Amino acid sequence: MSAPLGAVDPASEALLALALLNLAPAKLGGAVLRGGGPVRDELVERYRAMRPADAPWRRLPPLVEDDRLLGGIDIGASLAAGKAVHEKGLLAQASGGAILAPMAERMGAQLAGRLAQALDHGDFDFTLLLLDDGLEADERAPAALLDRVAFHCDLSGVRALESMSWPGALPVEEVAPLPADMLTSLAAAATALGIDSVRALLFAATTACAHAALHGRREAEKADLDTAARLVLAPRATQLPPSEAEEPPEDPAPSDAESGEDRETAQSDTPPEDQVLETALAAIPPDLLQALRDGTFARRAKGSGSGAKSRSKLRGRPLGARPGLPRGGARLALVDTLRAAVPWQKLRERRGSASITVLREDLRVKRFEERATSVTIFCVDASGSAAMARLAEAKGAVERLLAQAYATRSEVALVAFRKTEASVLLPPTRSLTRARRALAQLPGGGGTPLATGIATAASLAATISARGATPFLVLLTDGSANIAADGTPGRPQAREDAEAAARGVARSGMASLVIDISPRPRPDAEALAKTMRARYLPLPLADSAALERAVTAARDAAVTA
Amino acid sequence: MARFPFSAIVGQDEMKQALLIAAVDPAVGGVMVFGDRGTGKSTAARALASLLPPISVVEDCRFGCLPEEKGTCPDPCSSGRVRKRPVPLVDLPLGATDDRVVGALDLEKALRDGEKSFEPGLLAKAHRGFLYVDEINLLEDHLVDLLLDVVASGENVVEREGLSVRHRARFVLIGSGNPEEGELRPQLLDRFGLSVEVHTPQAVEDRVEIMRRCDAQERDPDAFTQEWEAEDRKVLGRIARGQKRIDNISVPDALLEDTARLCIAVGADGLRGELTLMRAARALAALNGKKTVSRAELVEVAPSALRHRLRRDVLDETGSTARIERALEELFG
Repeated sequence: MSAPLGAVDPASEALLALALLNLAPAKLGGAVLRGGGPVRDELVERYRAMRPADAPWRRLPPLVEDDRLLGGIDIGASLAAGKAVHEKGLLAQASGGAILAPMAERMGAQLAGRLAQALDHGDFDFTLLLLDDGLEADERAPAALLDRVAFHCDLSGVRALESMSWPGALPVEEVAPLPADMLTSLAAAATALGIDSVRALLFAATTACAHAALHGRREAEKADLDTAARLVLAPRATQLPPSEAEEPPEDPAPSDAESGEDRETAQSDTPPEDQVLETALAAIPPDLLQALRDGTFARRAKGSGSGAKSRSKLRGRPLGARPGLPRGGARLALVDTLRAAVPWQKLRERRGSASITVLREDLRVKRFEERATSVTIFCVDASGSAAMARLAEAKGAVERLLAQAYATRSEVALVAFRKTEASVLLPPTRSLTRARRALAQLPGGGGTPLATGIATAASLAATISARGATPFLVLLTDGSANIAADGTPGRPQAREDAEAAARGVARSGMASLVIDISPRPRPDAEALAKTMRARYLPLPLADSAALERAVTAARDAAVTA
Repeated sequence: MARFPFSAIVGQDEMKQALLIAAVDPAVGGVMVFGDRGTGKSTAARALASLLPPISVVEDCRFGCLPEEKGTCPDPCSSGRVRKRPVPLVDLPLGATDDRVVGALDLEKALRDGEKSFEPGLLAKAHRGFLYVDEINLLEDHLVDLLLDVVASGENVVEREGLSVRHRARFVLIGSGNPEEGELRPQLLDRFGLSVEVHTPQAVEDRVEIMRRCDAQERDPDAFTQEWEAEDRKVLGRIARGQKRIDNISVPDALLEDTARLCIAVGADGLRGELTLMRAARALAALNGKKTVSRAELVEVAPSALRHRLRRDVLDETGSTARIERALEELFG
């Protein structure tokens, strides 16, 4: 496949980004390097080589506590010395250098919040390299940090890194401020791509200046703007400009080469400010571009920071310890207990024991946070037959259920299937706003790939279980499948595949509910429910109260199971 | 890092107004800011804090005591000298632990001297200033409850680790959050006096202006501050005059009636809506140099004071702001 216009090898782009970061570390914040295996390691090494030899370089452990991060009292040394011994935090140690955060997609809200605050204030003056190993679209570094680092480099599938060097770079301060027309083109491009964050704009302007400096120019030129558009704006796009989005949605997966040509012809006679936009468009990563075209792009408001969390005594990510007794399943937090006992040792010496005296009130128990216990997955049949039937009512029912999910603080997810495929319109979320919008935008029409729909929902459910939450599947369909699992039309095969998928759900033991949305219930959906071992509920017979009762009952069964 | 001048912030008029109202009359309650990341929410809050004149504090008092309150806090607080200190703006990071927020046993003192002493937390730091909580919708529930309790009582009571301490903690709570990432409990929302919606300016000229000003500020912070000093001084003058005037501003009975009618029309739950609306309108009148509150101020602050108090209706697509504007239109034309 020929690369689209303006697209460059991702590894070289990332190296360029790191070289720019090296010129203006404080203004650009840092970079996310996603995927990439050995090439990424090499990139990180190259960046390290660019930095002064004595610049600090710290790797962040995934579960670092505030004491280590911000500095505090070294308990071990303090006990030994009999006086308080301070230790410098990681952030202070990294001042003037770089912090490397591996497994950034797993980073918790607490750590992300600390780092974001440190980046905002500039107290510690470090650059942040986030190493993101996420595979799924919603496994990403925390959004709070994504917004605060200039470059988002996707290295997945990259194998080799060419050697590049830029002799004769100037300090970035020697580059003149961008003239008005250049600022205008950057701002216009950002607006057209639906980028709201002002930080992105500032990053883009700095990147253009840094790129000029890298090439020894004192005034920025078009190539510098293009680089800013590619490196900063393209990965942040949340929409395509109107002309792009108006492409007929029926167009079967437009090939990259084709759209590249379109742009080439367009570029020859466009004013310069549109050219920046063109460059940015050409550099949007293919998967993001596809999602934007399909209109299935949910604003990337995810990240491990969001979502409901509950406190648990036994599993999950550790939170701070609480005073308490190790009973009722709570586990003793030894270090925290000792920490609590330390201050009193002098007083307790009078009790006459030589070793550390730990009393009952010193005991600390561990607290953990855990994902919400239940995630309701709505799997909605949006095919032509369903749309004819009662897609609107089904949407209404889902909204009611959403409201209920909101009240019980559980998360919801939305899967829809139509034409030949199924997609996750809404990954698990607690946000009513997003859920409602995803639902409102749900188009109807086309065939019924029931098997694919069930399979997609089931795999989402498996992901949810893997996180330690309990999935609960609500399938809204009329049960009449006519597209087989491989996307070919034909009722018998479609029916067979749907049953196979339903058996899969039954095997997983997941609690589920089938809501029959056809105006006159036929045996199809009921049979499907039986195969899935799901509760069956024909919507025409159910008013909203009955619907709520059924869902609540089924979900309660799911959670207690 | 030099702070960005308040008057140099492009757009964000509703947020700036809400912050000014809170500065004139902190009793209005906190300000909740809804908006995407990177839209300048914390910049505006920080800018206002650095704009306000420094406060007088008893020297070495970690609880920020006023000179006339000397000796009433847990510290010795006995110094006869008074220090000027900038108005504090404290950031509450996401994932802060409760001992960082309320304060905890001073481990160092305990280790060194075997002495039980209290290490003040962020609440003590924020006294007489602002507490900014980014992404408050992601904050742990028990911390949110704690904050609300302190905001309501103006006092932080600590009973833990054998400590029994209470100290003043009066501050303007500024919360920010993106409703796309999780809802806030209605009880919490109701406690905020005002709420504003912040968007990045969509006009390209405004965005260009933002980039230009940020660049100018980074290149030469001092010159930039100087350039905006006159404007900032005007804002400061408005606040100072407003604070002086606010107690003498009269609220006509007809206006109270309007307030009640508006709250009933939009279905704002609870009395807090009416009280806040009246207070905010009065603060705005004070800012604008008026002697009495008129309907114009009421209409101007109504969206900020009420939009977060409407009962949510999942099936109603109309946004809260639109519902309030509709009611204003129907009632007052």
